[in-house]
Parts: sequence; structure tokens; C-alpha cells
Amino acid sequence: MSTTVLTPYSSTAADGRAGFAGLLRAEWTKLRTVRGWLIALLLTMALTPGIAALDHSECSIISPSGNTACSATIGPGGIAVQDDYYLLHQTLNGNGDISARITSLTGAVPGGSNQNMVQPWSKAGLIITDGTSPGAAYAAVMATGGNGVRMQYDYVHDTAGMTGAVSSTSPRWLRLSRSGDTITGYDSTDGVHWTPIESVSLAGLPDSVQVGMFATSPGTTSTSSGSLGGHSSGGSLVAATGTFDHVILQSPAASGNWTASSVGMADGPDAAGGPAGGGPGPAVGAGHEGGVFTVTGTGDIGPDNGGTPVEQTLTGLFAALAALIVVAAMFMAGEYRRGMIRATLAAHPRRGRVLAAKTVVIGTTAFACGLVGVGLALPIGESILRSNGNYFLPVSTQTEVRVIAGVALLTALIAVLALSLAAILRSSAAAITCMITCVVLPYVLAKLILPSGAAEWLLRVTPAAGFAVEQTLPRYTFVSADYSPAAGYYPLSPWQGIAVLTVYTVAALTLASVLLRRRDA
Amino acid sequence: MTSSTSDRSASGIVLRTWTTVLRSWAPILRAEWTKFRTNTGNWWLLGGLIVLVIALGAVSDAVTSCAAGTCDMDPGKTCLIGVYAAQAVAAILGVQAIGAEYHTGMIRTTFTAMPHRTRVLAAKAGVLAVTVACTGLVAAQAAAWLGQLVLPGRGVTPADGLPGLSPLHEPMLRATSGSALYLALIALLSLGVGAAMREPAPAIGVVLGLLFLVPLFATALAPATWQRHLEQISPMIAGLEIQATTNLAALPISPWAGLGVLAAWSACVLALAQILLRQRDSQ
Repeated sequence: MSTTVLTPYSSTAADGRAGFAGLLRAEWTKLRTVRGWLIALLLTMALTPGIAALDHSECSIISPSGNTACSATIGPGGIAVQDDYYLLHQTLNGNGDISARITSLTGAVPGGSNQNMVQPWSKAGLIITDGTSPGAAYAAVMATGGNGVRMQYDYVHDTAGMTGAVSSTSPRWLRLSRSGDTITGYDSTDGVHWTPIESVSLAGLPDSVQVGMFATSPGTTSTSSGSLGGHSSGGSLVAATGTFDHVILQSPAASGNWTASSVGMADGPDAAGGPAGGGPGPAVGAGHEGGVFTVTGTGDIGPDNGGTPVEQTLTGLFAALAALIVVAAMFMAGEYRRGMIRATLAAHPRRGRVLAAKTVVIGTTAFACGLVGVGLALPIGESILRSNGNYFLPVSTQTEVRVIAGVALLTALIAVLALSLAAILRSSAAAITCMITCVVLPYVLAKLILPSGAAEWLLRVTPAAGFAVEQTLPRYTFVSADYSPAAGYYPLSPWQGIAVLTVYTVAALTLASVLLRRRDA
Repeated sequence: MTSSTSDRSASGIVLRTWTTVLRSWAPILRAEWTKFRTNTGNWWLLGGLIVLVIALGAVSDAVTSCAAGTCDMDPGKTCLIGVYAAQAVAAILGVQAIGAEYHTGMIRTTFTAMPHRTRVLAAKAGVLAVTVACTGLVAAQAAAWLGQLVLPGRGVTPADGLPGLSPLHEPMLRATSGSALYLALIALLSLGVGAAMREPAPAIGVVLGLLFLVPLFATALAPATWQRHLEQISPMIAGLEIQATTNLAALPISPWAGLGVLAAWSACVLALAQILLRQRDSQ
């Protein structure tokens, strides 16, 4: 009797196919072989630049004072600035020192009777400037309506001095001292004990500069609101008046006579409510009586965000995302539709790895599509908007790289979120509806419908927070402007926004992986 | 005497015609209603629609704060804000009403039993429109009642020149009944897109893209002069002006005309779907 040894069957197929690389290849094959999905992925790539190419926005640089022009005043460093104020000045050759006491700062709507319209950033003080043409380099020390004494220079730099408002009972002494390229600002309560605020260096300041007293004020801030209503009151012009005395200009070579100049202020004194207006409000201008100087001006000295920001070219991203969401949801839910999931899971029984492979494939593909889309949309949109006469707000290369990489990452996260939702809901139509309602609708509501408070809240807590990654408009604490979502400002910083979206994505992916393992396929 | 006899015969003809019509339509309508009501998913979606309208309206009422005396918030739009999200639910209902049949192959059975395809589409549209409109009306009335309770405490009061908040009187009645009609028209638009595209997933993407992206692109891409015209033809922006209760002169389009624009969109898409349905083989 002989015994037969039975060897158990073993497949002769190569082992490698069962590994994760094989799984990735299988999922990639599924994705690329469905013609409709391939078309939708191409749309994901093409819609962002395609819609950017359709942009017909007219040139609109709307400065806070309401001016509309197709070019911007360019300040030091090539940034767009607003440089509108009234100045009482002398020429200063070489080094020198100016000090003055400011006894009041009031604000009024030109031609109006209400004298208590002083704005938080109404300003009056001393300035040393390269000249009276807008955009000149300058350093100034000033009293403000609601932010104490400040030293500001070259439009984007701001340092706090003494706190508290200025009045006749608590006047502020201000001083500016020039030594070569260095200008130092001081403040004081008595004109004897001076506290330095900051020493700044204005590189290339010529020997001959203008020195004097200035006043200016931004208008009342208007906040954009959606069609729901809310605070949609338009801003009105405000003229600030500063009253100075004890003006001392120490200089070996000052010209001696005070000259009044309107810098910028496109409206001109008459349009801003001169005496012809007939109202009791102050006229823009300057006066001098017995050692007391008054200067009245409207406008602002600071950066101007009125141009077209880079993210204007990315409107088409929403259409691209809609196409991508459809593919990502069907990539997962399609498995359930025709029972393909049973074959998939029979081939790869470790369900977590199947989900991981799908996530990697759709995430990488979406990232690549997003990268191509935004990489093409920025230059195409920019050249078209420029040819329509729009002024583009300049951004650093670093910011541009952040926008491109950030939007690609946003695209990948949204694809993975859609995939996870489809795995949870096991229906592509439901997953697509949830995705578009949670990602695109909050943005639409925030941008077009809701008042700013509710809009900011939506852009903090919904996955739409991730769109913050495309914002390049800078926010300045020392410029009063409309910082609402309707004006293009997100409540969260770019990476905070991406973090919110990531939390949603990770939570959905975790739930999807738990459910995939627990539920019967 | 003679005239009364002819009257009777005329009304008899009308009655007979109606009976004939009803008799021919009744089975189709009943079949579609049976399909609709036996799908539990539909009842969940209708429930979700009510919850969305009421819950989002309640949040919107609660976070509103308006300076009394200078308030310019629109009370109708504020308490009915949930319709923006609920329209997505109406869109799924519309797309699935025909998409699910293509999905499962049921459509072949349907067309075998009822070869008149236009009638099938019309019956689906009728069942869908009536169900969604009734559900929408319940939800919108409830949201308006909530608004009437909460909004005066948030500074939105009729004393500021704003309209009265009673849901049973103009203009709130127009806002609520109009919102219900809006949801029904969105469901019909989605039914048309679903029938034309046959695949529910891309169809829902197209519907929501049309609703949400057109106003976005109108604002971002078009010169100011076109923007108003684009808003006038955008199904969502024009359609939802029916919710406006104050400052009607500033709207891009008057409330009922806006709803008419959406109705035209739905009618055109359904007509296109009907042509495609008759021409194509039902896979």
C-alpha cells in the first residue's frame, strides 16, 4: 500500500500583484478606463483656465474714497497706494527737525453739519516726504481718531506711540527729526520730555524734501452685504481737521514760507465741499492765524487694495470642482452600482487597503489636475484682465506658489472628501448633492446672499473654509476698509482654512473606512 | 327651454371628455404615485427638505441682529434661507424620479406597460410637482411662523417700514407659497435633466452647477452692465426673488416674473427631455 502525498494547491501567479502597488494599479486602471470620467477629469483641468479666459470684468480699481480709475498710484516697493491728503509744507534741505503741538482732531462730512464724524483712522500730524506727487516716500508721526499716536512710513509700516485721543485738555506734542536717510518720530505730553517712537530709514531720500503738517481721513466704512440686506450703507467722505500750534522748524536752510498743497485728492477742494457747497462743514484746505494752523483733508495715506487680486482668475475653480466631485463620488459609489465591489473585495480582502488605494489614486489625480488647472488659469486670466485695462495687485512669488500649491491641495482634499462621502452613503447622487451643498453653496451664500457676520461664520465652520487658500488680498490693521467675504476677504488665514477642510476630510475618511469594514458589501 | 337643453348637452360633452381623460390618465398617475410612495428614500428626502427649511431658517432668524429703526433686512429672505439648501433635496428627488428607473432597468418595464412616453414623463412630473410643492408649503409656512416669533426680537419689526410678518398675509404669503412653487419647479427642472442625461450622478452635478455657479460667474466675470441681465436669467437668483418682501424696486426682476423665468427653464428642459425620451431607445 502506497501513500500519496497531496500538495495543497498554490497559485502560480506572481505575488507582486497582491501588494499595494498592484492595488494602486488596479484602481488607476478603473479610473482611467471609464470614458465619461476621463472627460470629467479633463474638464477639471480645463474649466479653471477656460473660464478665466472668458473673464470680461472691466477695469475697476475702486479706492476707499470711491474713485474709479484703471491705474493705481504706485508707492515705494511697487505696491499700489492711496496717497490723498492736505499738506502745509516748506522745503527742507539736509538735516532738520520739526515739532508741533496738536490740540484737536475733528471730522465732518464735507458740507454736513455733524462735526463728530472723526474716524478711527482719521489722521493729522507731521510729515517728511519726498515731494507732493502721490506715491512719494515719506515718514510721518500723527494723532489718529481712535488709535492714539502712530508713526507710519512708506504706506505699509505702522508703529504705535502714545494711546488716547487728542483734545485741547490733553494735547499731543509731535516731533520728526531727519538725519541723512534716518527719520525719528517722537511724541510727548508737554513738549519737554520726548519719547522716541521709531527710527526709520528711507533709503535714497534726496537732500531736499518737503516737511510740514498734514491732515486726511478715510470715509465711513461701507460693508458689502448680500441680497438679504443688512448693513449696506455706502461710505461717505469725511474731512479731518487738525489744529496745530507751537510749530517749530529747526533747520539751517528751510525756505521760511508755508505752502498749502493738495496731494492726490482727485476730487479737489470744491468737489469735496468747498465754500461753494454752502454747508457749515469744513472746506478742504489750510489756515493760519496767530501761530495756530488748521489743516483739513480727505483721503488716506496707506496701501490700496482696490485693484484686481490674483484670485479673480480662479472663479472657474468652482466649475472644475463640480466636475471632479462627480468623478470622485462615482469612482467609489460606482463599485456598488453594478456589484463590482464584491469582485474588488474578493480580489483584495483587506478592505482598509482598498479604500487607501482609491484615496491615493483619486487624491493624486485631483492634485495633478488642480495643479495644471490653476497653473494655466493664473497666467491666462492675468493677461486677459490686464488687456482689459485692469490693474493687478502685485504679489510675491512665494504667495503665488502658495496659491498654486494650495489650490491643488484643496482640489485633492475635496476629491477625497467626495470619495469618502460616496463610501459612506453608497450612492453617488446623494454624495454629489451633499458635497456641492456643503462645499460650493456656503461659498455662494457668503459671497452673494448673506450679510457679512453670517457669511464669515459660514466660511469658518463649513468645508468651504478651504477656499481661504486662494486669498492674496492683504489685510492691514491700520486701514479701514470693507474686509467682508463679499469683498474677497476670508475670516480664516489660508492654512487655517485648509486645516478646517482637512479635519472634515480625515473624519469622513475614517468613518468611511470603519463602515466599509463593518458593513456587508 | 331649447337653450337649457343645449347647455346640458354641452356640459355633458365636457364631462364625458373629462371622464375619458381621467380614465386614460388615472392608471399612469396611480402607477407613478405607487412607485413614488413605496420608495422609502423619497419620504426621508421629503422629511429632510422640511427639516432643512425649518432648521436653517431658525438659525438664520437667531443670528440676525438689526439696528431697530434703520433695519433693512428682508424678513422673507431671512426666515426662508433654508430653501437654498432644500433645493438640493428637491433636485435629488427630481433626478432620481427617472434616473433610478434607468439605474435599475425598471424603465424598460415602465415603457412596456405604458408605451406613451410623453404621458409617463408628464405623470412623473405631476406626482413630483404636487408632492414637493405640498411639502415645501408646509416647510415654508412653518419657517415663516418661526420668523414671525423670533425676528421682531432681533430688530426686524414692521415699525421700521418693513412689511408685516404674518405668514397668512401678503407679502409673506407670496414668499412662502412662492418658495413651495420654487422647490417644485426645481424638482421638475431636475426631472428634465435626469431624463435627458439618464445617469443620476452627472445629472445632479449639472443641475446644482446651473443653480449655484451661474450667479457666481455672473458676479465675478461679467461687466457690471451684463450682471443684472445674467441675474435676470439665472434660475436660482431670479427664481428666489419670490422670497423678497421689502425693497422690491431694487430687485433685478420682480418676484413673480422671477419665478416665471425658472418656470421657463423647467419647461424648456422638460420639452428637450421629452424629445430625447421619444427618440432614444430605452437602453
